[in-house]
Amino acid sequence: MEKILLRNVDAPDSHTIGAYRSRGGYRALEKVVREMSPERLIDEIKASGLRGRGGAGFPTGMKWGFVPKDSPKPKYVVCNADESEPGTFKDRLLIEKDPHSIIEGTIIAAYAIRSHTAFIYIRGELSFGAKVLGRAIEEAVAAGYLGKNIFGAGYDIDLILHRGAGAYICGEETGLLSSLEGGKGWPKVKPPFPATHGLFGCPTVVNNVETLASLPWIVERGAARYAAIGTEKSKGTKLFSVSGHIRKPGVYEVDMGYPFKKFLEEDCGGVPNGKKLKGVIPGGASMPVLRADELDGVTMDYESFQAAGTLLGSGGVIVMDESTCMVRSAWNISRFFAHESCGQCSPCREGCHWMEKIFRRVERGEGKAGDLELILSVSGNIMGNTICPFGDAAAMPAAAFIKKFRPEFDAHIAQKKCTVSAS
Amino acid sequence: MALEFSPETHKKFDAIVGRYPKKEAAMLPVLYLAQEEFGYLGPEAIEYVAAIMDVPVARVYGVVTFYTMLNMKPIGRHHTQVCRTLPCALAGAERITAAIKAKLGIELGETTADGRFTLSEVECLASCGTAPMMQVNDDYYENLSEQNVGEILDRLK
Ligand SMILES: Cc1cc2nc3c(=O)[nH]c(=O)nc-3n(C[C@H](O)[C@H](O)[C@H](O)COP(=O)(O)O)c2cc1C
Ligand code: SF4
Ligand code: FES
Repeated sequence: MEKILLRNVDAPDSHTIGAYRSRGGYRALEKVVREMSPERLIDEIKASGLRGRGGAGFPTGMKWGFVPKDSPKPKYVVCNADESEPGTFKDRLLIEKDPHSIIEGTIIAAYAIRSHTAFIYIRGELSFGAKVLGRAIEEAVAAGYLGKNIFGAGYDIDLILHRGAGAYICGEETGLLSSLEGGKGWPKVKPPFPATHGLFGCPTVVNNVETLASLPWIVERGAARYAAIGTEKSKGTKLFSVSGHIRKPGVYEVDMGYPFKKFLEEDCGGVPNGKKLKGVIPGGASMPVLRADELDGVTMDYESFQAAGTLLGSGGVIVMDESTCMVRSAWNISRFFAHESCGQCSPCREGCHWMEKIFRRVERGEGKAGDLELILSVSGNIMGNTICPFGDAAAMPAAAFIKKFRPEFDAHIAQKKCTVSAS
Repeated sequence: MALEFSPETHKKFDAIVGRYPKKEAAMLPVLYLAQEEFGYLGPEAIEYVAAIMDVPVARVYGVVTFYTMLNMKPIGRHHTQVCRTLPCALAGAERITAAIKAKLGIELGETTADGRFTLSEVECLASCGTAPMMQVNDDYYENLSEQNVGEILDRLK
């Protein structure tokens, strides 16, 4: 498998502009700015089939195409480096090891929509990553890739690194924009979409780090080569972050369509300590869990994960072995969502806390008959009734844990304790 | 209202605000600047930031209370934050927290009497492949064990 996203991360000093340039860096940007019109660039990215890697999988070229060409307002591009989905740590690797690929990709996206101001919104906790990116931006300015009249081609672009301050919801694009406008990270009702009404009401494109880092390769090698990798609806390669009960945790780049079981068993070394696999969350904590017996034939792409009843999401693969208490895992995730709800809409604000409270009492052996139905009902009432998709992200995994591991939850309530793990 | 930026910080403030297309957008970086200068964001600091940012005090309060990294109260020199989310929990985060509590003699949310450590639990810090992990001030400590976490804390004076 050819490495696209991880092509640089193991090179010495990969974070420096010298190393990046010696490996072909910024050639794509030069080609774009000197030889391609924004329209042709957008067509090329559409043809590549690239879909957003932030979780929703929206086609990138199509998203850019929604930005009005003749708007008198300024336009903005924001690189979403808020990476906070539990189980996901792929963007952090790129930020720390290959910041220039992100910067180059961000400038390419800005050029596509004729934006002259771009932002990288990085989650506040990633201080080291912010330092690496900050230095890389200075290098790019000094080299003339950022600033006025880059490559002498008459295009100006400014890039501002902006640090968040600890709030998962600022990863949601409209929450991010509210945060960048200087307020709480409160999501906004869509439509209108950021493409027409984004930052300060101006046309804005928000793209994930991995999405943007894919662009230089696609521009240089051509959309056709990218589209040749993967499946019908999932093109190219994707990063997966693997954690939990697995022998070789880490970030893996995989051709879309790769067999999931083989990936876990061979590439990641399988479950350690002679234990058996019990369940796996394939797309970050917001996505429904799969039981071990549901993995046969599943491949790593948008279509196959969806057919299996879950979603590819951010590609955060969380592996749980047979000693894992699923009630405890469900409670852990519900606590995360209860903590992170921005509190703006009542189904989400109240519902997340409710689900957390009930999962907690079931976990402690204080559950009552009807508690599981109550969670399923709360979850059902959140779904589709909130301002932003956070509500669904909290509701889906809660319901999936109960449905997939029902006997274990029932046993917790009946026997007033955990029957799986000692702890 | 005695709080004010030092002249150097004021220069940084001007530079930051000048970077953004609109002044309000500089709110988080300015709050970081204030937190660094004043140690934490108490009522006086919040009023000061509201004044220099030309926004109502209530707006700054809203922002400060919304984000976990902005502190309204003083905290210890080493803010020790253990990740508790699922991947870290699967790797034994609870045992790490228990070991730290025992070593420092404090509970979650507390600060040691000498002001050296404040202990908190936090949600996923994008370091799940090297779990369990914690963040102390700006630094990540990964692949923790009950043994090495004590040694790490000993080195933080
Ligand atoms: C609750 C929530 C959290 C999100 N967190 C992130 C995140 O941390 N990083 C990210 O890139 N996208 C995140 N997203 C997705 C963004 O809203 C948005 O779809 C994405 O940044 C668009 O980029 P893409 O088209 O390149 O995927 C989140 C979405 C939701 C609903
Ligand atoms: S769904 Fe939840 S996170 Fe999203 S806006 Fe409503 S309360 Fe906030
Ligand atoms: S769960 Fe602890 S870093 Fe992700």
